[in-house]
This record gives sequence, C-alpha cells and structure tokens, in this order.
Amino acid sequence: MSHLLDIASLEKDVISSILERSRVLRGDKNPPKVLSGKIVANLFFETSTRTRSSFTVAGENLGARVLALDLQTSSVSKGETLLDTVKALEAMGVSAFVIRHSESGAPHFAAKRTSAFVINAGDGRHEHPTQALLDARTILDKKGRLEGLTVAIAGDVSHSRVARSNIHLLGKFGAKVNVAAPLTLMPRGLESFGPHVHCFHRVEEALEDADVVMMLRVQTERIEEALFPSRPDYHRAFGLTKARFALAKPDAIVMHPGPINRGVEIANEVADGPGNVILDEVANGVFVRMAVLEHLFSEPLA
Amino acid sequence: MTQIAHLVIRGARLICPVTKRDEIADVVVERGVITRVGKGAGEAARGPEDSRVVEASGKILGPGFVDAHAHFREPGFESKEDIESGLRAAARGGYVAVAAMPNTSPVNDTAAITKLMVERARSVGGPKLLPIGAITKGQKGETLAEMTLMRDAGAVGFSDDGRCVVSSGLMRRAFEYAKTIDVPLIQHAEDHSLTVGAEMHEGAIATRLGLRGWPRVAEDIIVARDLLLASYTGGTYHLAHASTHGSVALLREAKSRGLRVTAEVTPHHLLLTHEAVLSFNTLAKVNPPLREQEDVDALRAALADGTIDMIATDHAPHGAPEKSCTFTQAAFGIVGLESAFALIRRLEKEGVLTFMRIFESLSTAPSKLLGVIPPALKEGARANFALIDPARVHRIERGASKSVNTPFFGQEVEGRVEMTVADGAIVWELT
Repeated sequence: MSHLLDIASLEKDVISSILERSRVLRGDKNPPKVLSGKIVANLFFETSTRTRSSFTVAGENLGARVLALDLQTSSVSKGETLLDTVKALEAMGVSAFVIRHSESGAPHFAAKRTSAFVINAGDGRHEHPTQALLDARTILDKKGRLEGLTVAIAGDVSHSRVARSNIHLLGKFGAKVNVAAPLTLMPRGLESFGPHVHCFHRVEEALEDADVVMMLRVQTERIEEALFPSRPDYHRAFGLTKARFALAKPDAIVMHPGPINRGVEIANEVADGPGNVILDEVANGVFVRMAVLEHLFSEPLA
Repeated sequence: MTQIAHLVIRGARLICPVTKRDEIADVVVERGVITRVGKGAGEAARGPEDSRVVEASGKILGPGFVDAHAHFREPGFESKEDIESGLRAAARGGYVAVAAMPNTSPVNDTAAITKLMVERARSVGGPKLLPIGAITKGQKGETLAEMTLMRDAGAVGFSDDGRCVVSSGLMRRAFEYAKTIDVPLIQHAEDHSLTVGAEMHEGAIATRLGLRGWPRVAEDIIVARDLLLASYTGGTYHLAHASTHGSVALLREAKSRGLRVTAEVTPHHLLLTHEAVLSFNTLAKVNPPLREQEDVDALRAALADGTIDMIATDHAPHGAPEKSCTFTQAAFGIVGLESAFALIRRLEKEGVLTFMRIFESLSTAPSKLLGVIPPALKEGARANFALIDPARVHRIERGASKSVNTPFFGQEVEGRVEMTVADGAIVWELT
C-alpha cells in the first residue's frame, strides 16, 4: 500500500492488520516514534475540526511534524491549485499528504502526481476510508466481530462518503448492510456494491433487527436543493427516534460520523441514550490513523 | 489546394450509397470532376503528362464523409483548435465537409461571425466548413437569433449545442421560424434542471465514484417534447448525439408514424459505457455522458436499422489544462474527426454495420440534413471521396488536431484513410 485512497480497492488483509494494530496502539502509552523526522501535511480544502485534529494528534503521537494548513483562506483563494500546493510542499520535504477535498477523486489525482504518500481524509461524495476503519474498529470493540452482523446505514446516502466507505468495508468482512434513505437522497445503483447491500426507503425496514445503526449527517443546504422540505419534516420521516431505535436488536449500538444535528437525524434521547458509541468512534479515530500512518511509512517511498 | 487535373484510382472496391454501387472498379477524375466510373475505366484513361494513377487493389473508395457535429473553437478558443487545424484533422479523417457548432466566443449568433468562419475556411482550403448558427441569441435560450441573416451568410442549420432550448414556448417558435426559412434545427437534448452539476451518467459507476449523475430521463424528456413540437409545427428536427435507449424508442415510434426527423450518434456512444470513467478518467468525461450496455446495444441496433440516421463525431477538442485536472474540473468532450472511421470499423468487424451502411451514415445522411449534395461515385459528380485501406493497422495518436483528448488514445485500430479528395482537390494523402 503506497497510499490510502479508498476502501473499495483496499485488500482485506491490509484492513485487518490496520484494525489489529490500532487496537495494540490504543494500549500503548508510548508508541514507537516511527515518523520521527518526517513531515506530514494536512491539506484540508473543506472545513473539518475532528478529522483534522485526529490526524494531527495521530501524526504527532508517532513523532512526525504535522503541518495543518487552513486552505480555506490561504493559497487556494489566490488560485493555487491542489497540485501546485502538493508540489510546493513536497519540495519542502513533506513525505505524506492527508487530503480532504470537496471533489470526488481529488486525492487520487494528487496521488498519481506525487511521490509522497497520500491519505484520503474524505473526497467529495466518494470515500472517507479512515472513517470506515474507525467505525469498524468501534464495531469490533463492541460486538467482537463484523461477519454476520446487520448494519443499518440511514440518512443522506447520496452525498455521503462515509456511507460508501462503510458499505465497501462491511461487505469485505461479511456483514449485511441495510441502507435507508429518502428517495431524494438515495443514489442509483447502490446494490452494485455487492449482494450484502439491501436498499430501503422506509427507515423502519432497515432498522429491523440491526446490530449496528449508523446515522448519517443531513445538511440543511439540501433543503435549498429541494431534497427535503425542512428539518422537522425530515425528522418525522427519517429521524432516529426512540421508537424507531427499538426496532433494532436490544443491544444495538448507535454510530454517527459527527457532528450530529440533534433533533434532525437523531433524537436527543437516542443520541444521549444507551448504545451510543459516538465518542468511542472519535477516540478510535486517532489510533486507526496512527496505524494507517505506520503502515504507509513501513514501506519505502515510491 | 489545387484541383486535380487528372487522377485515376484503379481496382478499388467502390462503395456508394447514392448509386447503390458495391463493386471493384476504376474511377477517373478530370479537372476535379468524376468523368468515368467502371471496370476497366482506368485502363482506357489516357491523361496528360501529369496524370496520376493510384493502384488501389484491396482498398475501399467511398464517398467523402460529412460531419454534422464538430467544434472548431474559432473564434475564441484557438489554443484548443482553430478552423485550420480542425479542417486538416477532418481531411485526415476522410471528411469533405464539417458542420461547426456555434458555441464559440463570441457565439456564432450573427451573420458577421458566420461570415468570418466561412471566409476563414475558404482561405485555409480543404474540406468545406458548414457553420451552424445559434438558435437563440448568445445561446441563452431567451430570444431568437438572426437565423435568416446567418443562413444567407452560409449557416446550414441551427443549434444551441452545449445548451438545450429548454423552454417549450421558445422551441415552438424556433421550429416555426426555422420552417419558414427552410432550415433544420439541431437539438442538444438535456433538461438542465435534471442535470445540475452533473458529471457522468447517473448509475452504479457514478454512485461508486461519488460523481454527480446525468440521468437518461433528462435527454428523453426533451426528445419526447421535441418530437411532439416537430409534429405540431411541421419543423425539421435533428437530434444531436443520441445517448439513451429511451431516445431510440421515441425516435422509432415517431418515425413509424411518418414523422420526418433525424438523429445522430457518436462513435464513443456506440463503443463505450460509463465504465470508461472508472478511476476518474477525465478523457471519458463527455456530454451527453457515456451510458450503459443496454444503451450501447440500442444505439447500435438503431443505427443499423436506420432509426438513427447518421454518425457524427461531436469532435470537441480540449487542451491539457482542461483534462489534466480533477474529474470535477475537467471539461466535457472527446475529439473524433481523425479516428471516426477506424473506430466505426470495429462495428463492421462485429457484424453490426455493413460498409454500405457506414458510408451512408458518415456521408449520405448528414449531407441531406445539411443541404449539401451527397458525395457520390458517379460520372459528372464533383470528386468528393475517401480512399481507405481497410486492413491497415495503426494506433490512435496525435494527428492534425491541436488536441488529443480521446479515451481511445493509443489504442490499436484497423482501417485507415489514405487519401481524401474534397471538391476535386486532394486534401489529405498518407505518405
């Protein structure tokens, strides 16, 4: 593995070793500083608090110097392109780029044109591979396995890179995935991801007997695009209420990539109730990202 | 480019949809005109000292191609293509005439621009340039452009290509006015309200890549509406770059009712599906997008049975800055003039199309649409033909066009245009 661009093309045994390594790192108060002397650049072309912080902490835990660039306000506004930014930082000795970009495929584009490592921290609607890894780590912690579980993924699937990465990963490990979205937010042809995918437009059907319930963030800008009428209307049609959550298995867990729109995709009583593992996801994010960085740097640069 | 004094093509397989000829024979050209066609016609021909004889056994001689849909980017985007490079690319592809779409800068929506294009092409020489004027001023879909003035300056048809005339009311008036002055309308069928931000065909691949989808129904809705309006107004309608099985079904139904409409399809829509976009291949980004196998199958069947009348390239040159970038930022478009025949040849090999049907769809049908005399291999006709070696294997590579943006780049193809004669002059010869 010379980059981490997507889960779709990632081999199962690589995923397994990252997941296992992240568990070990979690118990290691003083992890080996394998990135000592290295520079990692966080290129976040979209705002993000938790993913960017998580990558920064992960890199620093391994001894790297981490450049966190706020590209919302710096060179990008001067018309400098993604590629120019990558090339310039590469010339300064950066050996890995963590890229978050609003365009699907932007990290792939950069990876083809740099000899540094590229980690996709979320590209458009395409993938968010480290989110799927940290979600898998969290499910493993709570359920002890992925195989044979039923995972419901519900919400704005159309715009969700989190959903896509999770659907790919869960399929590779033998979980069944029930995907639910209002038809305005359901992408076409999702069943082609594999026979483990089952699509519903009634959220209740997807929740039935689920071991894991993953709710997706719905953005209010979708109201302007006429994809749903209002936050209360969405909540009524699709929000995870206590009654709906009761359709899942009694020991079901609730996940969310954050930040949560309380009272929209998840009712307060569910967000704060039993089964909520949202902060476990955040904690695991650091260890999974450390494992990814370690894995990349264990191989010679191309 | 000077007119041929005396040229004899000997022993080629002549394929001509106009005369329904398919036989091995000779063709004699004198002062730019075909004077003799037939077996042994070249033996008896005794020309002047500078007479040129081409031994063409094993080759195919067919009518020169006419492209109903190309973008020459002049005026405005000459770094991608200009009229000179575009016409040279056309000549290399076997074309004797090319219709140039109006989405230049400024838009070809006035007689002055039309005239500029015609004069520029005349000074360059080679294949004939047939300007297509805009239907609406600035291609904005608001008010009618000066179609009569453009027609008299040389425009042969009208289209807002790249944009669709979305307003039904405006399209109705365009049909009526165009019928009044006897010119065809060419529609880029896309309901833009269904394709906001669209990047590729809406389906499993778009979902996998996280790219925004361009659904078939955005094309089908416009085609259905336009067929109703064509029927209501009696206007002449031509559908540009059909891409969906739904369009095919609508066309077939309309033609079965006797409605006189025509349609074109591009080589890339006949040969590729949306899978060509996998790994974010910007060279496969095109509008309308590459679709699915069921669409490809329907388009092929429709071209074979005449439901789709012709092949057009939609030659859309773009430079490296527009294609060496992220998929979202990449421009739509594929070049096609130089590779059209060799690519379509694949369908002849597969038994989908006969050579006769290929020449009909590359030459005769578009000529009729654009109001030019269909090139023919017959005595008394101006010499407009392409000499092709059907067995010649080569790779698609940089040619005369300024741009190379094609997903077929580097692929091996069979069948090469070795000589193009346009209006009695040799405009391309492989050396």
